[in-house]
Formats: sequence, C-alpha cells, structure tokens
Amino acid sequence: MMQHLPVLQVIVPLLAAPLALLLRPSRLAWLFALIASGAGLFISLSLLAQVLEQGTLIYALGGWAAPIGIEYRIDRLNAFVLLLVSLIGFVVLLAADTSIRREIDEDKQPYFYSLYLLCMAGLLGIVATGDAFNVFVFLEISALSTYTLIAMGRDRRALWASYQYLIMGTIGATFILIGIGLLYMMTGTLNMHDLALRLPAVQNSATVLTATAFFVVGVCLKLALFPMHLWLPNAYAYAPSIVTALLAATATKVAIYVLIRFVFTIFGLDFAFDSLPVHEMLLVLGVVGILVASVLAIAQSNVKRLFAYSSVAQIGYMVLGIGLANTTGLTASLLHLFNHALMKGALFLALAGVFYRLSTVELKSFQGLGRQMPLTLAAIVIGGLSLVGVPLTVGFVSKWYLVLAILERGWWPLAFLVMLGSLLALVYLWRIVEMAYFSPAPADGGNPPVKEAPLMILLPTWLLVIANVYFGLDTDLTVSLASLASIELFTPVVP
Amino acid sequence: MEILVDVVLLSLLVITALAINGTKDLFASIMLTGIYSLLSASFFVLMDAVDVAFTEAAVGAGIATLLMLSCMTLTGQYERKPRRSQQALGLLVVSITGVLLYFGTLDTPNFGDAHSPIQDHLAPHYLHQSMAEIGIPNVVTSVLASYRGFDTFGETVVIFTAGIGVLALIGFRPKRKTDGQLQSLVAPMHHQKILRVLSKLLIPPILLFALYVQFHGDYGPGGGFQAGVIFAAAIILYAMIFGVDIARRAFPDAAVRLLAALGVLLYGSVGLVSLLSGKHFLDYSILGDTPQHGQHWGILLVELGVGITVTSVMLIIFFTFSARVDRRGRDGDASQRQ
Amino acid sequence: MSALLHYNYWIVIVLMMIGFYIVITHSNLIKKLLGLSIFQTSVFILYISMGKVIGGSAPILSDKVQIYSNPLPHVLILTAIVVGIATTALGLALVVRLREAYGSIEEEDIQAQERDEGQAP
Repeated sequence: MMQHLPVLQVIVPLLAAPLALLLRPSRLAWLFALIASGAGLFISLSLLAQVLEQGTLIYALGGWAAPIGIEYRIDRLNAFVLLLVSLIGFVVLLAADTSIRREIDEDKQPYFYSLYLLCMAGLLGIVATGDAFNVFVFLEISALSTYTLIAMGRDRRALWASYQYLIMGTIGATFILIGIGLLYMMTGTLNMHDLALRLPAVQNSATVLTATAFFVVGVCLKLALFPMHLWLPNAYAYAPSIVTALLAATATKVAIYVLIRFVFTIFGLDFAFDSLPVHEMLLVLGVVGILVASVLAIAQSNVKRLFAYSSVAQIGYMVLGIGLANTTGLTASLLHLFNHALMKGALFLALAGVFYRLSTVELKSFQGLGRQMPLTLAAIVIGGLSLVGVPLTVGFVSKWYLVLAILERGWWPLAFLVMLGSLLALVYLWRIVEMAYFSPAPADGGNPPVKEAPLMILLPTWLLVIANVYFGLDTDLTVSLASLASIELFTPVVP
Repeated sequence: MEILVDVVLLSLLVITALAINGTKDLFASIMLTGIYSLLSASFFVLMDAVDVAFTEAAVGAGIATLLMLSCMTLTGQYERKPRRSQQALGLLVVSITGVLLYFGTLDTPNFGDAHSPIQDHLAPHYLHQSMAEIGIPNVVTSVLASYRGFDTFGETVVIFTAGIGVLALIGFRPKRKTDGQLQSLVAPMHHQKILRVLSKLLIPPILLFALYVQFHGDYGPGGGFQAGVIFAAAIILYAMIFGVDIARRAFPDAAVRLLAALGVLLYGSVGLVSLLSGKHFLDYSILGDTPQHGQHWGILLVELGVGITVTSVMLIIFFTFSARVDRRGRDGDASQRQ
Repeated sequence: MSALLHYNYWIVIVLMMIGFYIVITHSNLIKKLLGLSIFQTSVFILYISMGKVIGGSAPILSDKVQIYSNPLPHVLILTAIVVGIATTALGLALVVRLREAYGSIEEEDIQAQERDEGQAP
C-alpha cells in the first residue's frame, strides 16, 4: 500500500466527496469528511517521511510512464506543501460542524462538506501532479468548489464576491491554459520534468517568452498578488468563517507553490529571471503589495476584511522571497508559506468563534470582548503578534530569514521596507487590541451576555496558536525542511 | 480548398464575435454565441478533431444556449451600454495582451507542419502504439480514457462539482402544491400539437443514438461525455414539451443526485480495483484476461461513469434552473432574499 | 505564404481579444459570461489548430489513411470544454442569485449598492 500513497493523498478526499453528499444527517457527513481528511493528514505525514528517506517518489497513473501518461512526482517541496494543506484542512474541519450550523442552512450542509472535500482534493491534486495540464484540471476542481463555498456566505455581498472571483479566476485559468498550450506547442510535451529537459533547446523563441508571461500573470491572478488582488478581500470577508479559514491558509499557498514549481523547476531560474523581468516584477509588486495592502488593512472596519488585506500583504513577503532568487530567500518564502498558514488559520478560526457569538465581526462590536471571550481574543492577539513577527512566534522566524536573504544581496533599503511592513501590521493589530481590551463593553453587556466561543471552535484555534508558538521556539523541523526543499529547487534538473 | 474553407470559417467567427459585442439584446447575443459554437464545431471538423466538434456542438450550441436562455428569462433581456471609460481601459488591456500574443506566435512552428515538436514527440507513440497497447481504433478515446485517464477522471469531478455548486446555490426547493396547474417556462409549448407529436417521434431515436455514442466511442467519435449530453438533451426536450414536473417525476431529485455521485464513484472504483490488484491507479490491464481485454473493459466502465455523471448533472442543472423560472412565475417577482 | 501559414493563430488572437474585451468592458453579468465563453472557445481553436497536420485526417486508425492529425490536443480540449460549461453553469446560477439579491444584473448597479452598504453601518 505504501507505494500508492501519492495517489491516495488525492483520491481519498476526491472519492469521499460524492459519498459525503449522500450522507444524512449533516453531522454524519461532517464526521465522514473529518475521517477522510484525517486519513489525508496521516498519508501526507507518511509521504513526507518516505520522501526524506528515499528521495523523489514517482507514481505513473494508469501504469503509463510519463511523458506518455500522467505521473505524480513528489519531491521535498511537494511533500512539504501537501502536509501543509492536509494539516490545515483537517484542523479547520474540526470546527466546521459547530460553526456551519450558525451560517449555512441545514439542507445545504451536506453540499458544504462535499464541496469542502472537493476543494481540498483539488488543491492536493495541483501539488501532487507532475503534469502541466493536470494542474489546470485540478485547479478548476478547487476553483469551482471555492466559488460555491464563498457564495454560501449569509451576506448577499458573498454572492457578488464569488461572481467577481469567478470572472477573475477564469481569466487567470485561461491565461494559464494559453501558457501551457504555447509551451506544449514548442516542446511537444506536458510533463513537467520532460518540459524542463526540452525547454532549453527552444528557450530563445518569442513563443516561450510569451508562454512564460501568460503563465506567470495567470498564476499571479490566482494568488492575488497586488494589484491583481481585487477579488480577495470581499471573498474572504463574506465567505462563511470556516471557508475563509481554509482558503486563507491553503489556496493562495498552493498558488505560490505553482509559481515556484514553474519558475524554478520548469522554466529554470536563469531563463525566467534573465530573459524576462519576472524577478524585478516579483520584487517590486511584492514590496508595493506589502506596504499598500497593510495601509489598506489599517483602514478597514470589518475585522475579517482587515485580515484579508493583511493576507494580500503577506503574499507580498512570499513573492519577495522568490524574487530575491537566492536559497535563503526561497527558504524564507517556503517558511512563510507554512507559517502564514498557521497564523491565518488561527486568526480566522478565532474570528469564526467571534462570529458564532456575535453574528458579526465589525471592529466596533469588539468592544469589551477581551473580558467576555478571553480565550478567543488571546488567540487573536498571539496570532496577530505572530503576524507582526514578534520573537518567540513563527512570524519572527520567516521574517528573520527574509531579512537575512535581503542582506545577502546587500539591499539595505529593502530590509527597511520589510520592517516597515511589520510596523504597519502592529498598527492594525493594535486597533483590535484597543477595541477589545481598552474599550468598555456596551452598557447592557450584550443581550444575552456574550460567552466564550464553543469548545469545538476553541480547540482547533488553540491547536494552531500553540503551533505558532511551538514552531517559533523549535525551528529545527520547519527550517530544515524548507531549506532542504529550497536547495533541491536550486539544483538543475537532470534526465 | 481546405485553406479557403478555413479562412472563411475563421472570418465568420470574427464577424459573429463582433456582432455579439455590438448587440445590446441578450437574446440575440445568446443565439449568436450558439452560432459561434456551431461555427467553431465546423472548424474543428476541418481540423480533423471530430470528437471535439461533436462535443462543442452538443455543449456550446445546445446545453449552454439553453442554460443562458433560462437565466435570461429570470433576469431580463436588455443590457446597458458599456461606459466610455471602461471601453477605453478595456481596449488598452486587450491591445497589450493581443500584441504580446502576436509577438509570441511569430516564431511558432508553421501551421499544419507535420514535423513540428508536437507532432514528433508524443503523438507518434499514441498513433503507432495504441493499437497494440490498447487495441481500439479511435486514438482520441485511447488517450482520453487510458493514457490520460486521470485527466478525464478530474474532468468528471469538475462537472460533478458544478452540479453540486448549482444545487447549493439555487438548489431544489420543496415542490409547492398547485392545483394541477403547471405554470412554467415550458408549459406554453404543451399546446403545440405538431411539436408534441414530433418530439414523441424524435425522443426514442435520440435516446438510442445516445446509447450508440456511449458504446461506440472506441470505434468512432463519441464517448461518455457526448452521450451524456445527448441523453440529457432528450429528457430536457421531453420536459420542455410535456412539462418539467412530469419529467421530474420520472427522474426524482434524490435519484438524479445519487446517480451523479455514482458516476464519479464508478470511475474511481475502477481505479481502486486496479490499485487493490497491485497495479497502479487506473491501470486497466488487470481487468481482463489479457492486458488488451482489460483496457477494453476499463474504458467501457469509465466511459459509463462519465456518461452517468454528465447526464445527471445536466439534468440537475436544467431542473434547478427551470424550477426557479417556475417559482418566479407563481410568486411574481420575489426579489427578497431569505 | 508564411502569413497564410500563421493565419489561424492570428485570427485566434483576434477572437480571444474580442472575448476578453467583452468580459472587461460590459457591465451586464450574463454578457460577461458570454465573453468568457468566447475567450475560452478561442483558446480551444488555438489548441486544435496546433494539432492539425496538413493532408492528415482524424485520428481514428484505419488501413486507408497514412497521415493523422495529433490526437493529444483533442483530448485536452475535450476536457477544457467540460470545464468551460461547468464554469458557465455555476456563473449563471450566481447571476440568478445576484438578481434576487440586488434586483439588477448590471455591474454598475450592484457596485453602487455595495458602496452605499459599505458606508451606511
């Protein structure tokens, strides 16, 4: 069975999805989805162990060896991202049953779990596959389920956010399709490894340049890189709380993965960064994104929207690390990819708790919440400090490596701008802290009085909060994984 | 001669696209989009892509047009003129993208070249080995269902996802009792005698044709997806003439939903069987006494899975849309949300 | 002659850009989806054009035929057509819900209501 782990990682949630649709009552569907994603987490842990022990795993689907057939190719980077997605998918799902009850009608709940599993399967499929066109197919599975999940939010603005995302997302996907098509035209292959081997021969053609440009722009639309982020804030703000937690912690991370995979493995660093201004583009958009999105976050009056803008800013850090084009920078990006998932997972789950009690996450309703919901607010504060990058949290670790990478390049002013981004994060976090701890609760004390969030939301929230602190103190595991993966990415592809 | 047809078809496509941009009547736009699909289907035939042409005609000109019309019935027929500023911005973005693409196609291999990279690398294997490895004449089916069977599995899941998505968004509502009066988008056609007789005559051959397309995909153009669309089209035709409620009694919501899930599960279980017999996921060679037989069985089963899911999802989508039209007909303009 | 050999690709670009233009500029939500489907269909034309071999025929094996066009792009586009109709169906379902929620399917109207909502509470 161990040899089948790569494919099981994807088909377990994929086949669980139609089954979840048939289960009633919805609590049973939840339990089933939870078991399936728990199995997924177990699989990804074993996969990681296997990859670290045996090196890259190759699995030929249908028994047809690539490039004739489609293959799954799991190296350190894949295993790392697969673990991240299935970990978050499982932890967030723990809270789903409680949270969804307040936000989605009973008769729609089985659809929710089915779509949740499809979304996870799509994301895992994108990461596991070694075939460029297969990326597109699984991208669409995750995209279609995401559009629906967002539109299931109670607020009517969720519908509009979902529609906008559908348009932007489809344009992005079509750009990606054009990119893949042009690459196929020049090389005759769709397999990533094969592409990497065959591209150097035709590298100087305008077609390959254009393919790269279309592909990168398409992926940047998907990962909401500033200024292509316009769909993200509303989508995160008005989606059901659980959906926001899942998307913020996984979807953009997977898009970052795709960017890294194509830029480093397929196009090759020299080509992507020397022939095209990809590297400058990522640097500039990354930095501008960090600053502008952080400032916009400060101006928000809805806390979910605030953290959504903060996500756009954090994407900036990850892209910046890629743009630096050195191993330390890439390590920082990968670290931040993992760490940011832990932070935003914790923060949006905590907000799910707030929404459960208050039915709103407007900043002004946070008055006096520090005393009424101490555990939830403590989670927001710790998660927020991690976002700022305070020592003893994971946020510090990834920022530290990012600054190291910048200093390796000797670009002092850039390091200063990164610090400025952290300062801005402190400002928006402070607005929440001030409201929650230093403003008195409304005179009537809320009616009925506001209580602490339910256990089944607190538990996964605090699991992620503890992870934020634990991996901030014990950095060996994550740092060594990230740097191993990044070294591998800088090694040229051999036949 | 071929080149001439090619040039004419492509020019017609451009004209149609421009007309779609120009008209403010959505009904006209939707019909023109259907024509656009038919034209591209003809173009695909010219390009030797018969399977694709078949699908594009059934989906683009058939199902998509129908869905768009239902949606238009629910929302209104005329659109507003785009704003000037928006047009200028659009023109700018489009010009940049277009120029980039133009630049990118300057040094592509020539159109129709038999020795471009894509003809030399993988295609020869599919064309020359598939008869020995899989043993069916239609290479498109071989690649679709076996060599790249996992993509097709993903495709089935995509259509399943869309089905659940539509259900979750505008899902079935409990049917309201109306005193035997069926007011729907389709009811007016019930009085057309000629249509009723014609459709009664047409529906059985359409269903037969769907079965032929389903099981003949190994030898000619066709397969599960096309068959599913045609099968659904026959039922939709019936529903449009005789009333959606009657069709829904024959295909109850819960059953259609179950079938949609079963199609995906059937495809997946074929994969699981090979996995449990010690082969890789979706390796069909284990399913028969010889690898070739196994491939036959595998392709037959997965295409059946595709067909079931596609039929059910098309029905789900059509039923949900028409139920909305129906409900609106009865309640008047219910623009309140929850 | 070389212009003729690239004619297909150039027309495809024009078609794509018309579709893309409709998506960006039109305010009507159904029209945007129409534009999107034209955009996607043009990409299909690009792929299928790539696979064509002049003088070839459809890739259904037979003793009478020597040259076949490439089957792989056909397979890819079959998948892409399905993805396209799935997206369209979902988009239309959203449009129906938006009409019920906002009373309009013009982008401008919805955005105007959004702006009011953003400032009011």
